Amino acid sequence: MSEWNQSSVDEVPMRGSESQKADETFAMGIALPDGEIPVYEHDETLHDKPENQWLEMWRSLRANRAALVSLVFITALVVIAVIGPYITPYNPIETEMSNALKPPSAEHWFGTDQLGMDIFSRVIAGTRVSLTVGLLAVSIALTTGIILGAIAGYAGGWVDTVIMRLMDMMLAVPSILLAITLMAALGKGIDKAVIAIGLVSIPEYARIVRGNILSIKENDYIAAAHVVGLSDARIIFRHVLPNALSVIIVRATLGISSAILDTAALGFLGLGVQPPQPEWGDMLGRARGFIFQAPHTLLYPGMAITATVLAFNLLGDGLRDALDPRARIK
Amino acid sequence: MTTPDTGMSGGPMAIDVTRTPSRCDGRPVILDVRDLSTEFVMKRGTVRAVRDVSFTVREGEVLAIVGESGSGKSVAALSAMRLLQAPGRVAAGEVVYRGKDLLKLPAREMRDVRGNHISMIFQEPMTSLNPVFTIEDQLTESIRTHLKLDKKAAAERAIEMLRLVGIPSPEKRVKDYPHQMSGGMRQRVMTAMALSCDPDVLIADEPTTALDVTIQAQILALLAELREKIGMAVILITHDLGVVAETADRVVVMYCGQVVEEACAEDLFEQPLHPYTLGLLESIPGMDETESDEPLYMIRGMVPNPLNLPTGCAFAPRCDYRTEQCVREMPPLVERADGRKLRCFVDVTEVRQ
Amino acid sequence: MLKYVIKRVFMVVPVMIGVSIIVFALMRVFSPDPAPIVLGQHATIEKIEAWREVNGLNEPVITQYFNYLSGALKGDLGTSYYTKTPVTEEIFARFPATIELAIAAIIFASIVGIGLGVIAAVKKNSIFDAAGSLFALVGVSIPIFWLGILFIMFFSGFLHWFPSGGRIDVLLKPVEVTGFYMVDAIIEGNWTAFGNALEHLVLPALALGMYSMAIITRMTRSSMLETLSQDYIRTARAKGIAETKVIGKHALRPSLIPVTTVIGLQFGSLLGGALLTESVFSWPGIGKFTVDCILKSDFPVVQGIVLLVAVIFVTINLVADLAYASLDPRIKYSSKKER
Repeated sequence: MSEWNQSSVDEVPMRGSESQKADETFAMGIALPDGEIPVYEHDETLHDKPENQWLEMWRSLRANRAALVSLVFITALVVIAVIGPYITPYNPIETEMSNALKPPSAEHWFGTDQLGMDIFSRVIAGTRVSLTVGLLAVSIALTTGIILGAIAGYAGGWVDTVIMRLMDMMLAVPSILLAITLMAALGKGIDKAVIAIGLVSIPEYARIVRGNILSIKENDYIAAAHVVGLSDARIIFRHVLPNALSVIIVRATLGISSAILDTAALGFLGLGVQPPQPEWGDMLGRARGFIFQAPHTLLYPGMAITATVLAFNLLGDGLRDALDPRARIK
Repeated sequence: MTTPDTGMSGGPMAIDVTRTPSRCDGRPVILDVRDLSTEFVMKRGTVRAVRDVSFTVREGEVLAIVGESGSGKSVAALSAMRLLQAPGRVAAGEVVYRGKDLLKLPAREMRDVRGNHISMIFQEPMTSLNPVFTIEDQLTESIRTHLKLDKKAAAERAIEMLRLVGIPSPEKRVKDYPHQMSGGMRQRVMTAMALSCDPDVLIADEPTTALDVTIQAQILALLAELREKIGMAVILITHDLGVVAETADRVVVMYCGQVVEEACAEDLFEQPLHPYTLGLLESIPGMDETESDEPLYMIRGMVPNPLNLPTGCAFAPRCDYRTEQCVREMPPLVERADGRKLRCFVDVTEVRQ
Repeated sequence: MLKYVIKRVFMVVPVMIGVSIIVFALMRVFSPDPAPIVLGQHATIEKIEAWREVNGLNEPVITQYFNYLSGALKGDLGTSYYTKTPVTEEIFARFPATIELAIAAIIFASIVGIGLGVIAAVKKNSIFDAAGSLFALVGVSIPIFWLGILFIMFFSGFLHWFPSGGRIDVLLKPVEVTGFYMVDAIIEGNWTAFGNALEHLVLPALALGMYSMAIITRMTRSSMLETLSQDYIRTARAKGIAETKVIGKHALRPSLIPVTTVIGLQFGSLLGGALLTESVFSWPGIGKFTVDCILKSDFPVVQGIVLLVAVIFVTINLVADLAYASLDPRIKYSSKKER
């Protein structure tokens, strides 16, 4: 990782012609930077082979216990999302009014809600909705954002201006307000929620990609790619995007968590999933009136949201640290 | 301030400032660094950046500490000032100033020493000033803290100091922010800041490295001039032997965190004893009388990995004079009859014949 | 300075026009016809036609937009489909409540966030750092409406410390001057009302500000860590000034520069978060009203609110930018800044 290990001490490579170089070495120092914390930074040049980068990232991520636990938790959530509906102890949409608002017990681990539905079953079944919405919304935002950002950054000029002004307009309205305004136009429903949440987070990705492209565009190797006659699209996909990828991955991971939060918020406001389909935010919204009467109805769905969002945030933070050599040192 | 020279025209003015061999010793010691060791504890191991370093600074002299980047010279200075940042820490040693070990002083008393009795100029003038405060603000801070002057008097003193270091129209420049000044100007400001409380010792850590050549010469001349005026001792940390030859009275040569040679400047340049010093001198164009058409000498190889230092002499792997013993054992730092100190088993003068 | 401000203000104009077009299009082109919702399922065709005519919905969309725009420039944002009251009146009746809440939230978020961030950075890798980071992490992960619910459960239901909703007890309501009850109570000299308003404000402000607090903590911490590693901090220490001054002056001031931008952005997003917090705490502000209007397709009001929020959002960012510039002497007003 450091230069140190690579250079054998007994090397005698100096010849007259290299004296200049060696003199510079002396002046600038190849060794411990004076007065600074001696860090031997990983040479994070753009020419790094991607394989190494991913391997490096994985190693660093594995060392981060919180991120690793989150990864395990998220994997478990994915499993629950897939098989959840088949393993719930009760039918999550079956009402039993005679058994409404019962506190947690051996039969109903998380108790029952105002319609007598088993909260544990509904929380389990709701995992699928939250994860799907999170992933789909981010996919929409990511694809559109990358394309718009890449076009803006790469083309520049008026194309850039038009796209980025549009992004500015979207950013001028708080995302949740924009999302519910979109929902008003699109109508209620989970599919509409996915679109609304996806659309409002486009600008973030577009900006990241554009910013990266602008900074990378000036690099020599991009110029070199131009010289050898590669097409623009090819340059973007083969050279520019892989370099922006790490930032995008981190952003997307954190984006899933905010998409899940937004989904829950829309559900809470009654705009997302329509009952009786189980969704965490919607469960909270509908049980709100029973806050003092049956607090358990409001506890577990909220915990499910928080835990899931927390896991994606921790993973995203872990990925960012893993990808940023400076953060690693800190 | 009505009397601009107050505090700057004390006894030291009377001292003969031309460099003579007698300057090298005989004066009272003002700062005594004894067996200083500094470590950086990191995940991948402990770097012993400074290993049992001892040197003394005498009143009014210029002591040069010479070595490559990474030789531990700056770390040693920062350790003495207790300015090291984690993960660096002083593992052992004493830094005695006026009978007190600075390393054991309570934080409050140490702050009274810093910037007041012992002050420092750093290598990077571009980044060593706070970008969001004016020069005046930053200059008056230490003046007000140590000299207990009120705001107005401190501001006047700040202008005086700027004038002293040769900044034109200091009354105006004092209101500037650092980014409005050039690198050379900023280093002058740093110098003014360091000298503003009439220190006994000034530690100048590579004060000219980041500057271009003409400015370097100006700053060095300024330092020499101010030292004569104020009469403080200067520890000049540098990798540039040219600078040392021009300014130093005494020289400490460091390699891999250790002192390898200490001598009066004249003696050192006349007859270097350590192979590393020899290499340094020979790799300077025009320093060696025998040069002419020979290619410039190079010290071969690289500085060893500080996490994995050789068991024997740290310089042995790169040394032209090494013996079996050098690789096996660490040579001790020995004081010779003539007062010079040397860390080497081999008598280089003999072998060179 | 003035030139910079004017330039920035002019950059805002096209953005605002764009926002108005987007919102208008969403409401009038893509939305389902509001008539059946407003008039009820069983309204006769004639009645619906008459209603559409009155509300100008039979004109071409382009004409509708320009009518709306010219009205908006004169301060007329149309009338509510339901109350027939001018939209501006509807909005301004509720707006002070939201602003009061948002200001309280941002004050809490800034003070606590900066404080925690500084402590975490200065005591890096200590228990304080770990606790601060964990707090910040939970803060960004917890849904604000659920946090509000938890607050109500615990602080109102269990401890009975604070009321569970509303702005003030009806009987104590001060005469409205500014619309900010706490200010109005002071004007009236009614300290009981002031205390009561404050009690009502605490929980919603904490719930709303928690997310921003977490973001500000993280930003302050990383910015402070960055600053603490700078050479000029070493210079400050070498001067022998007190450590509190090194941290509180030399490190804090440069660290706060990026934080101001974040605070500005956060204030904007608080207006969004208010939608949820106000619903939870029955806070009679614009957020809860927006949700209600969307649910019953009162489009003129929704349009008005979105536009107003956008104006505020953009203005706050402009102010944050200017604050940024005033904190950092290196920024010249003439230079174009990437936003």
